[in-house]
Amino acid sequence: MSAFRVGDLSRAAAIIVCCGSGGVGKTTTAAALAVEGAAAGRRACVVTIDPAKRLADALGLESLSNVPGRVEGPWPGELWALMLDTKSTFDDLVARHADTPEQAAAILDNRLYRNISGALSGTQEYMAMEKLYELSAEGGFDLVVVDTPPTRNALDFLDAPRRLTRFLENRVFRLLMTPTKAYFRAVGLATQTFLRTVSKTVGADVVADAVTFFQSFEGMEQGFRDRAAAVDELLRAPSTTFVLVTSPRPDAVQEARFFAMKLADASISVDGLVVNRVHPTFGSSPVAQGLGVLTRNLTELRALASADDHHLEGLAILVAPAPMCRVPFLDAEVHDLAGLDRVRAHL
Amino acid sequence: MAATQGLSSLIVEVEGKSGVGAMFGHGDPLTYEEVVLADRRGPSGAGQVRARALTPDDALVEYLYDHGMGRVSRRLASSGALDVVATAVPGIKDILVLGKVKQLEKEGPVDLVVLDAPAAGHAVTFLTSARALADAARTGPIRAQAEAVVELLSDERRCQVILVTLPEETPVNEVVETAYRLEDTVGIKLGPLVVNGVYPRLDGLEDDPDSVADRAGVALRSDQAADLRSAADFRRRRQDLQRHQLERLAERLPLDRVELPFLFTAEIGPAEIDLLTGALVGGLRAL
Repeated sequence: MSAFRVGDLSRAAAIIVCCGSGGVGKTTTAAALAVEGAAAGRRACVVTIDPAKRLADALGLESLSNVPGRVEGPWPGELWALMLDTKSTFDDLVARHADTPEQAAAILDNRLYRNISGALSGTQEYMAMEKLYELSAEGGFDLVVVDTPPTRNALDFLDAPRRLTRFLENRVFRLLMTPTKAYFRAVGLATQTFLRTVSKTVGADVVADAVTFFQSFEGMEQGFRDRAAAVDELLRAPSTTFVLVTSPRPDAVQEARFFAMKLADASISVDGLVVNRVHPTFGSSPVAQGLGVLTRNLTELRALASADDHHLEGLAILVAPAPMCRVPFLDAEVHDLAGLDRVRAHL
Repeated sequence: MAATQGLSSLIVEVEGKSGVGAMFGHGDPLTYEEVVLADRRGPSGAGQVRARALTPDDALVEYLYDHGMGRVSRRLASSGALDVVATAVPGIKDILVLGKVKQLEKEGPVDLVVLDAPAAGHAVTFLTSARALADAARTGPIRAQAEAVVELLSDERRCQVILVTLPEETPVNEVVETAYRLEDTVGIKLGPLVVNGVYPRLDGLEDDPDSVADRAGVALRSDQAADLRSAADFRRRRQDLQRHQLERLAERLPLDRVELPFLFTAEIGPAEIDLLTGALVGGLRAL
């Protein structure tokens, strides 16, 4: 989707996915883009992952409720906000796909299942995308803005549905559930040795839990697979846009470049680039010499600003024609609606 | 810093992409194979800095290999069965990494192992996983491994945690929370706190550019004066914000503190590492 300013996406897109490394102001950017949508008269919802406490308070997110809450403010549209609860999103998904309430209960009660949301990597990403799908397809919102968890692997949120489906279809444990002779031959000696070692190393009940888990899951894989495909399709729809968030620091820019290239590999284009905490240039007059700390200070700050420019140059070309916007260092951390308005002014 | 004191050290990266190599002018990203980043930094010609990466998958393959399952370990890693085990036993990946770190500490040829641990939220889980597993696992090698790691973490002569933060609101909140959770749950010794990116104090920023120019006999255009003034205001506001956050930090966390200067350079390279080493040594001596 083409836009002149990043903020324009809030008026036109159905979904904005904010991505980037940790600590670059992704959550704040996502919240500001959602406010922008509400200001344009739309019904907007922001899904946050791990907001700083005071921003969470400002958005009325003092508790994990996993359903959007309305944020009151001076805009013609509506603003709703939600803090992602990975565990209960997964529980809902299980309940939705289970054939009977008993099947759902058996899964929710399983020890292996109870560990999934905390221990299986990619689960948080998957649930963020699942929530996005649910809100966008069924929530009646014009715009859903989603924050993505800070991850090492840039594309976890794209891969996660497939990864989890693969986990749920785990071959080794599937075969264990039907221990006929032919199957055991297929499992092979190596796997049996491995499972025996697992039993010895971490306890036989671990293997037992896993087998029960996959037994209870029987018959639900297709539902999960279809849902994962639907989420994937939604992420690739033309009205779904991707905003890359970064800071001008070299390590953050490096990550952002990596991210942009990975998105390109997945045939997804970046629709906007937001650079937070950019150093101001303080005009363009020649620096007056011989004025002690005043001279030194302006020289140092101008050097920072030109270093920022230098770092960002290649990134802007990489994401072109997507617009880039620079949000300067603000005097205070953003933790209220007035702060979000200050950010919005630069989008 | 260890190298300047004549000690050899090994930097262990566990999350990938830390850029440690580049800081020492080493082009390639770190891998499971150790590399030498700097040599003979100390007064007597001793003092080497080495580095390597360490991931749970690598550590597991090595563990299985050591336990007579070398041939199948890679294939099992790719079958996804390990994901199931890791999910069934949360913390097992952390224990594999920490177990390997413990082995490096015990058998390794270096004087000091420096582990670049995960960021705030994950750091606590990472370091508490051993205690949780030692309590949960009934018997067997996992329990033994977890107990050995707990022993390492709770022995302050062998291991200390250096918390690193920035003089900003969210990082300060996070480091305070992390410090208390680590002390409460792991019983780990916290060394001095390092605060990065502190603006060196500049006095005289409040002076009026025009009067300073008059006194110095320098001709100043009005746009030059305006730019000097807005830059000085910016710096003063940032200095005040940092001061305020450092005060909050001191109130909430009674730990010795070393402040490292904000660097006005574009990249961190060998020269900047030397500068920061100097600041760190100076800061620690002053404690």
